[in-house]
Amino acid sequence: MKYIDEYRDKLLVENLVREIRRETAREWTLMEICGGQTHSILKYGLHDLLPEQISLIHGPGCPVCVTSVEIIDRAAELGGNPKVILCSFGDMMRVPGTHSDLLSVRAKGGDIRIVYSPLDVLGIAEQNPEKEVVFLAVGFETTAPAVALAIHQASKRKLDNFSVLNSLVQVPPAVEALMRSDQNRIAGFLAAGHVCTVMGYQQYTKLSEKYKIPIVVTGFEPVDILFGILGAIRMLEHNGYGVENAYGRSVRPEGNLAARELLQKIFVNEDRKWRGIGTIPDSGFLLAPGYERFDAEIRFQLNLIESEDSELCMAGEILTGHKKPSECRAFGIDCSPEHPLGAPMVSSEGVCSAYYRYTRVTAVHQK
Amino acid sequence: MAGSRNMNLACPIPKSDYETVLMAHGGGGKMTQQLIERMFLPVLGNEWLEQGHDGARIPQISGELAMTTDSFVVDPIFFPGGNIGELAVNGTINDLICCGAEPLYISLALILEEGFLLDDLWKIVRSIDNAARKAGVKVITGDTKVVERGKGDKIYINTSGIGKVLPGMSISPENCQPGDVVIINGSIGDHGIAIMSERAGISYESPIQSDTASLSRMMLDVFHHHSNLHVLRDPTRGGVASALNEICQASGMDIRLYEDQLEVTESVRGACELMGFDPLYVANEGKILVILPENLAGQVLDIMRSHETGRLSRVIGHVTGEHRGLLHMETTIGSTRIIDMISGEQLPRIC
Repeated sequence: MKYIDEYRDKLLVENLVREIRRETAREWTLMEICGGQTHSILKYGLHDLLPEQISLIHGPGCPVCVTSVEIIDRAAELGGNPKVILCSFGDMMRVPGTHSDLLSVRAKGGDIRIVYSPLDVLGIAEQNPEKEVVFLAVGFETTAPAVALAIHQASKRKLDNFSVLNSLVQVPPAVEALMRSDQNRIAGFLAAGHVCTVMGYQQYTKLSEKYKIPIVVTGFEPVDILFGILGAIRMLEHNGYGVENAYGRSVRPEGNLAARELLQKIFVNEDRKWRGIGTIPDSGFLLAPGYERFDAEIRFQLNLIESEDSELCMAGEILTGHKKPSECRAFGIDCSPEHPLGAPMVSSEGVCSAYYRYTRVTAVHQK
Repeated sequence: MAGSRNMNLACPIPKSDYETVLMAHGGGGKMTQQLIERMFLPVLGNEWLEQGHDGARIPQISGELAMTTDSFVVDPIFFPGGNIGELAVNGTINDLICCGAEPLYISLALILEEGFLLDDLWKIVRSIDNAARKAGVKVITGDTKVVERGKGDKIYINTSGIGKVLPGMSISPENCQPGDVVIINGSIGDHGIAIMSERAGISYESPIQSDTASLSRMMLDVFHHHSNLHVLRDPTRGGVASALNEICQASGMDIRLYEDQLEVTESVRGACELMGFDPLYVANEGKILVILPENLAGQVLDIMRSHETGRLSRVIGHVTGEHRGLLHMETTIGSTRIIDMISGEQLPRIC
């Protein structure tokens, strides 16, 4: 298939691996930020092709995984409310909250619908004027523009039964939080190509200069990822830093200006709690003044629920790259995709699910 | 007779009477009788159905029998490449084929929702007849029930099937042996993607058609020439990955797939990339996995390829000598990955 097969080409992969091996002299730890990249790495076994001096650790770029348990609990409460139709992306349905997940709430009679686009939710709201229709908005800068567009249109169409349970987050503040951590051992980042497609990479230039660290904007196919790794290793081995774009077929320095403009109009920054990590300053999108009426937390006064994460789950250490899933005591035993303790085991971008799906045998044997 | 039946394309119950299924159609009285006499018998009628008996008495069949049952609740009921009626018949026939049996008889139970269009029922009944006749099986007993509007979803179908196991056939997932090869009769993922695209309202430049088909003629041809097949499995729900994982677990053997040998059409690949699915886990309705000794593979492939449903048959993997019960795949870039059982349903990804 055009634009896919070229980036899964065996010969190109072999050449890039050879080049990476030639360039690598010292030991380096790189973090790929996006869960989509993590899955590609494990699905294609790319970590096995790299020289042993390079270790890849997996970043927090899985929107489902970092959504706080409080949001899941609020969504479950809303989903069980007979006056509400809760709409969600499919990925969120099985994420465990304190007491329940959305699939179980739906099985008990909650009207919870899987949608592919936030804009579909507007149609549902129009067709069900007697109901409150709430969209569970999780995601990064990639998903945020579609949510912003839905809010913008709801405002124009005067849809007053539509609101958003908002857990949208931004990547650069999380990168900065990782760099500030005492335990940080990351020497370079592979930035998430799709986030940069929307936002551009000017924010990363500042981060790269501040922390003197290479950041390479990287795609998702095997050739893309190896090309990104090669860029980072070259900078590191030559004591350089800076931002490189290894995903030029999709990413422009300034990003998608129309999307950015819409984000600025609909949202302002706020501090946001990330599941397993804690509160990261300015890492969330909050509905801007004038659009608060679309905020489900205000509309339904949901703030009083007490939420708890599973004690066995070490998602925080995994999402910050301090531990690998195979180092978790619960991995593959108490925690599996059928009985997940934490979101990284559920999501199609979650690092635990990637380890479980693609490397379970070796991972369990190593324990 | 068959020809004249095919000519009768218009719904035999005049629209002026009623357009939709009513509760009375399942009540067992005159309306039920009218539905059977006007809609089912003219199309499906045979010596068993025409007796109007509570069940069917089957003439003696010598040797081992195979029996299967399956319920069909697909939504939408009409989809590119087929409808729920032929899907039900083909599915039951294919399950019998996977037992190494020649499909002979099927039962047909319909659960209809009040308000379901009789015109649509008529289309489905004709397509049931068409699929059954193509495969040479007879519908010998049936049942119709009607549930109140909102208590069902248009139409549910249950079909059971009886077949005669061919002499010398011993098909079981436990039979696979190191060195055996795995054959499939074409591209994967077509049915599931056709259904999911229809549900999500996604259309493509070249529409994706369900692969629903009876495997009966092709596989009976194979059975008549070769009885030493080890495992047969139709990779329906859960796709090729789930079917092969079940075989790995049952036999304790490892199976290795070759990604570059798996046929996935451009449209299905594109749809999978778009929706975040892996075609290995997507349902098929006209495919069969055949696991057999390597020395038979060439001859069996020749027979399969001589049939329309098997034109693209090929070897996609083999049973290795390892005994871990694992399915793994050599990827296009030369690395290896585990193909696990799917857990729950495949959920569309969000970014």
